[in-house]
Amino acid sequence: MTDFLLELRCEEIPARMQAGARADLEKLFRKELEAAGVTAGAITVWSTPRRLSLIARGLPEATEAVREETKGPRVGAPPQALEGFLRKSGLTQDQLEERDGVLFAVVEKPGRAVKALLAEAIPAIARAFPWPKSMRWGAASLTTDSIRWVRPLSGIVAIFGEELVECTVGDVASGYMTLGHRFHHAGPITIGSVADYQEKLRACHVIVDHEERQNLIRSGAAKAASDAGLALIEDEGLVIENAGLTEWPVPLLGRFEESFLEVPPEVIQLTARINQKYFVCNSPLQLAEGAGVGPVSDERDTPTSNPSRKWEGDKLANAFVCTANIEAKDGGAAIVDGNRKVLAARLSDARFFWQQDRKTLLAEQAKKLSRITFHEKLGTVADKVERVAELAEWLATEGIVPTCDPKLARQAAELCKADLVTDMVGEFPELQGLMGGYYARAEGLPNAVADAIRDHYKPAGQGDDVPTAPVTVAVSLADKLDTLSSFFAINEKPTGSKDPFALRRAALGVIRLIEANGLRMPVAKGELLEFFADRLKVQQREAGVRHDLIDAVFALGNEDDLVRLLARVRALQSFVGTEDGTNLLAGYKRAANILKKEDWRGIEGEIARTGEEDPLALVDDPDLAPVIAAKMAERHGKELSYTPEPAEKALIDALDSAEPEASSNIEAEAFEGAMAALASLRAPIDRFFDEVTVNDENSDKRAARLDLLARFRAAVHSVADFSRIEG
Amino acid sequence: MNRDPSKSFQDMILALHDYWSAQGCLILQPYDMRMGAGTFHTATTLRALGPEPWNAAFVQPCRRPTDGRYGENPNRLQHYYQYQVILKPSPPDLQELYLKSLEVIGIDPLKHDIRFVEDDWESPTLGAWGLGWEVWCDGMEVTQFTYFQQMGGFDCKPVSGELTYGLERLAMYIQNKDNVFDLDFNGRGVTYGDVFLENEKQMSKWNFEVADTEALFDLFAKAEAECRNALANDVPIAAYEQAVEASHVFNLLQARGVISVQERASYMGRVRDLARGSCEAYMAKEADRWAKDYAGWTA
Repeated sequence: MTDFLLELRCEEIPARMQAGARADLEKLFRKELEAAGVTAGAITVWSTPRRLSLIARGLPEATEAVREETKGPRVGAPPQALEGFLRKSGLTQDQLEERDGVLFAVVEKPGRAVKALLAEAIPAIARAFPWPKSMRWGAASLTTDSIRWVRPLSGIVAIFGEELVECTVGDVASGYMTLGHRFHHAGPITIGSVADYQEKLRACHVIVDHEERQNLIRSGAAKAASDAGLALIEDEGLVIENAGLTEWPVPLLGRFEESFLEVPPEVIQLTARINQKYFVCNSPLQLAEGAGVGPVSDERDTPTSNPSRKWEGDKLANAFVCTANIEAKDGGAAIVDGNRKVLAARLSDARFFWQQDRKTLLAEQAKKLSRITFHEKLGTVADKVERVAELAEWLATEGIVPTCDPKLARQAAELCKADLVTDMVGEFPELQGLMGGYYARAEGLPNAVADAIRDHYKPAGQGDDVPTAPVTVAVSLADKLDTLSSFFAINEKPTGSKDPFALRRAALGVIRLIEANGLRMPVAKGELLEFFADRLKVQQREAGVRHDLIDAVFALGNEDDLVRLLARVRALQSFVGTEDGTNLLAGYKRAANILKKEDWRGIEGEIARTGEEDPLALVDDPDLAPVIAAKMAERHGKELSYTPEPAEKALIDALDSAEPEASSNIEAEAFEGAMAALASLRAPIDRFFDEVTVNDENSDKRAARLDLLARFRAAVHSVADFSRIEG
Repeated sequence: MNRDPSKSFQDMILALHDYWSAQGCLILQPYDMRMGAGTFHTATTLRALGPEPWNAAFVQPCRRPTDGRYGENPNRLQHYYQYQVILKPSPPDLQELYLKSLEVIGIDPLKHDIRFVEDDWESPTLGAWGLGWEVWCDGMEVTQFTYFQQMGGFDCKPVSGELTYGLERLAMYIQNKDNVFDLDFNGRGVTYGDVFLENEKQMSKWNFEVADTEALFDLFAKAEAECRNALANDVPIAAYEQAVEASHVFNLLQARGVISVQERASYMGRVRDLARGSCEAYMAKEADRWAKDYAGWTA
């Protein structure tokens, strides 16, 4: 068993691509080996900005030898048979083996050296590597056929055991040589094997294991903060990104001018994070318990050194932690100072915006929205704001959003987009909403209005909080509903993976707002309602709700109240999970099949016989429901022309009581009760199928029984379209 | 005379000239037109097309009217300098060559944290894109480092490496100055502010407040027409100059705030058509000769 080392060295790989590249390298490597009949065991993959490394342990020296034996003609068979066999096997007559009067062609395929396999696999992996973006470079790029890589590929180390795996990718040939840290160790390093790889690199200031670098950053940044009496604000994204930018990470703490803290903390954190990839820290203000009582202890506890004692408040500290890639000669003083200046320049900009923006009232800013096009067919942002304000006010006035002051809803809606024209949001679009909230509060607007401006984009993603404050709910809902109905009105609907106006997210936001706040309202009509149905299925799948049950309820048509719809779906889901439910579904399907087979349209058919291609298509038309119901009632009122069999009578009786029971429960939105009413049909329908022949010779009986099945089908339909239910 | 790039803006530029000259670059002078970036210089844009080797370095004054701050912001200027190096084909040791140039102007990589941070470059106007990084020195972006992949809508065959140093930023860093106007220009007490502060004040005012917008709209239309005239007469370099002119006039109109959001995309599209058309014509004029001289090369 032999260990294999592969290092693909190149110019700096974008940090965000490294995790994917590691996974791809392992996948492609396994695929190549498996294609050659070698099963790879343990594989380790590492990355730094300048290299992708793979270690495969315990590979065989060679693939297994294979002996293939083919039986041929008997000795003395006609010459044609022998010739044919020789042609097929590619052997000559004297190479055949004879056993018991029969000729055999035996081919020994010797095992292949794995080293040779690897020499072919490496270029194949490089060619197939699925970088999200790749490039050409250098003299070879005179044609577009040259090798592509994420950035110029500069070296390959490929060592099997202690032997070099000779191969070439583009104009880069494999060798034992690699490079250490760009600045700490400029010269080449010779690698002997898997065994010395990691440690030789470490000696040359390269920590090749990305997880080790992540740990160093995590703990180093936390320590830098706690050494300064601060608490690091953890940020796993920054840990990974900084580990992807460094081969020798050294977290360093620096301070910025305290006066910058007048800028909202989110702005400081965002500036530091997005532009500079710095962590920020909280400063412990005071002890939560006994604060201000007794003498202040000299011993400065930090949150990390004594987690049992809580620090009051999360006040952002005037500190940042950057991650350098060198062990600087001066201990990092110059680096910290340089980074401090860059951050200061950024924060000066932010502070300038913060000061400038507050000189103009939001209501004034909002007027500028008439200069910004929302969409060429949908007018300006000011137009949109006016629609949203109307709708938000209406949602409050109608009581759809309970306990919401319509005036506040309108006011918040009118101002909710005003921050889009502020300098701060121009610089940091991520802060839209949040800044509006700050500016509203600074103006002295009511908290409910400021909160609504701040939070009206929520919920933005899957994990995002759903607003519950009434004014916020009204504005958030109005904004999203307006977006959806506007884009649907101009036929800009999401298709496939394309959703340029984020309408799926808007619909999901509406669903979550309605669900979390129990809002009763008609959400949409027509195509948009169907779009909501699709989104609802996707969203509810996470909550374990079956999509076919949602279909079964939506198929009833006319259901545009998502709260009621979900209540019905939940009741249905628990019902179909019971034995009664399963059996009733089976009974329903059997009845429906018989009706279909007999092409029995009963009363539904009479109504539908209007030349429609699918007569039953009209049955689900909600406008026809009362007509059908009236006809049904009339038909059921008639006496039968014969004496029904006991099982038949029992089903009629059961329907007579279940129908009103189900419908009154549905009316009262007591869907469990409606399901219970249906459950009472289960035994009678089973018995009916056991004891009664539907296709009786007597045409009256046949017609009456088919009608009865149609009635049963319709009764079940009053709760949900069971034909949509799977299983 | 001893040069000290760490104490003089001009010595820093001269040190870069010396260095890149020693690496075999032609030291060119700025293009004599108003433009938003060194990339617009024909020594970059047009020379990135086609198979012929090309190594050049030059300072290019850049005009970004909307970045003007009347000389009141310590970091922002409507007129500043880029140092541009273009190496075609990109040499295998381009990163090392670049890092040595930093040492030449006084940045010690064991004292300062130099990093290559992903930043891909794209100019829809030029139909151009490339992959590369912004180079950070202690968290400050000092250089844009790009491997051109396409220019004027054509694949770069071969790929050029382009380095764009932000000279004022770099000098502020090296001279340890917080305000660009405090930079020592010549090492003998003349500051950047002495040279450019009044210029920034007046030009910001002109860009934002004074420039005659009717005249600018007219200039744009004339540049557009002249570009087409040049194209029709097979002088693509002249056509390209008009595209550069149109691009800058468009930037001025933006600064004057007279181009609405809706119109913006349409103006950008018009500039792009001019620039691309010029690149196409430039390629078309040379393609046969290149194909003959460089086996395997095709447009």
